[in-house]
Amino acid sequence: MVGESAQRALLREDDNQLVVTGVSKKFGGVTAVQDVSLDVPRGSIVSIIGPNGAGKTSLLNMISGFYKPDAGRVLLDGKDITHKKPSDIAALGIARTFQNIALFSGLTVLDNLMLGRHVRMTAGVLSSVIYWGMAQKEDIAHREAVEEIIEFLKLQDLRKQPTASLAYGLRKRVELGRALASEPKVLLLDEPMGGMNQDEKEDMARYVLDVNQERGVTVVLIEHDMGVVMDISDKVIVLDRGRGIAIGSPDQVQSNAKVVEAYLGVSKGGDRS
Amino acid sequence: MSEDMEFTFALILNGASIGLMYSLIALGFVLVYKATDAINFAQGEFVMLAGLIVAMLISFESVPLAIAVVVVLAVMIGFGFGLERVVLRPLLGRPVVAVIMATIGLAAVLRGLGPVIFGSETRALSLPIGDEPVVIGPASLPPIQVLGAVVAIVFFLAFSWFFKKSRMGVAMRAVADNQQVAQAMGINVERYFALAWAMAGIVSAMGGIVWGSMLGVDVHLALVGLKVFPVVILGGLDSIGGALVGGLIVGIVESLAAGYLDPYVGGGTKDFAPYVLMILVLMIRPYGIFGKRKIERV
Repeated sequence: MVGESAQRALLREDDNQLVVTGVSKKFGGVTAVQDVSLDVPRGSIVSIIGPNGAGKTSLLNMISGFYKPDAGRVLLDGKDITHKKPSDIAALGIARTFQNIALFSGLTVLDNLMLGRHVRMTAGVLSSVIYWGMAQKEDIAHREAVEEIIEFLKLQDLRKQPTASLAYGLRKRVELGRALASEPKVLLLDEPMGGMNQDEKEDMARYVLDVNQERGVTVVLIEHDMGVVMDISDKVIVLDRGRGIAIGSPDQVQSNAKVVEAYLGVSKGGDRS
Repeated sequence: MSEDMEFTFALILNGASIGLMYSLIALGFVLVYKATDAINFAQGEFVMLAGLIVAMLISFESVPLAIAVVVVLAVMIGFGFGLERVVLRPLLGRPVVAVIMATIGLAAVLRGLGPVIFGSETRALSLPIGDEPVVIGPASLPPIQVLGAVVAIVFFLAFSWFFKKSRMGVAMRAVADNQQVAQAMGINVERYFALAWAMAGIVSAMGGIVWGSMLGVDVHLALVGLKVFPVVILGGLDSIGGALVGGLIVGIVESLAAGYLDPYVGGGTKDFAPYVLMILVLMIRPYGIFGKRKIERV
């Protein structure tokens, strides 16, 4: 990786936190994802790009357990998580956000963030009733963790606001906060900057970089803004019609002829309709 | 207060106490619908089952009421969990109609098996509360109605607290809000579905005791479940506060109809007045007074 920063040089190619091998997914006769493989090095930022309908979100859904791949495997720290339930995968340390903001709209910002702590809450249903004091003490610790995120994302004034009342960019930020609250190893972001203006995008990019560098969270994101993607990614995978057509550093991908074709719809062989 | 006003006051108070008892049963329905989107047509049968169990237990002289109450709570909680696991979980992801049909079938099974197991005679379910009417101003209420109203209010306060303040309650609201996202938070959605059914079991147990005590216990006790529908339609299918208000409205409308209309038409209006109101509300606010307004794109 010539020309990369020192931090990126530390990433070891063989130390993959998340490994996706040959996953495929069909819906009826429609192939959403076809034999896609992706290694995500520990501590890296990996971006998934591609035209609409390329299978980006489907790939993310297979990593987070919402879709079961028809073929292929997903490994987290070497452990096969392919057929685990979404809630179990979340508990193992993969947090995600959704393309269309998916906050619990009737709940406050604070409640949404506290729900992000759900996987960290060890006191079970019965024990939290019986050992009331213990659950209370645990709650205080969770609250502190959430306060730290509130500070990090500058959400101090919004704690008690219902999320439905927030501006779009803020809701995206709360959703990021909720995912962070679970202290994930891997964060999956589905278009974190979608629909944002330039200022909001820059803020969000900053937060993603901070999350990655200061908290050591591995990030996999889907994003359409090429400027942002090329800026912050260590590695980029390009999907087109369900297939991985290119993978590599931002520079490598940008100069790849197949990528240019997929995006611009032109090639030597004529145009694609 | 004039005599007329006193009469009205008495009717309203009487209706309100009965209405709160309707609310208690409707609460079971709302809890399930809110968390799982399932429409439970067997809510009345849950109440009947609980009533049958308590009546049978206290018919053994050696069983104190307190023990019977604990047992019926335990049985109904277990029934709720078991029902979710055995009948409803396999229906996850199926059309809503499948769940509705399953609960209708369940209702028929419970109504059929009730008399087979517990006998078909009407049993008394007497509670140690005497029969001295409680006098409130110009009205006097049977003590069971006062008890029923108090139980309903206590449960409403408890559930309001649960959903606002407790971790599990907030998680359950998250499940109700968006199941998929709740899963992404690591919430085991199925466990919360089971919990909702178990809570319906708890509420039904209490409903079975107070309604059983008032009406006597046999298969007809299940009919109180029919009143759940005007209550939840008025209040909103997914609103706990709505169940409370809906119950009060249904109870008071019934009582006023019985007091003012029945003398002219020879009785019976109280039984359908709430449904007339329900149909009117459906025409004006199809999502109920407090229900979430869902806009569906067609």
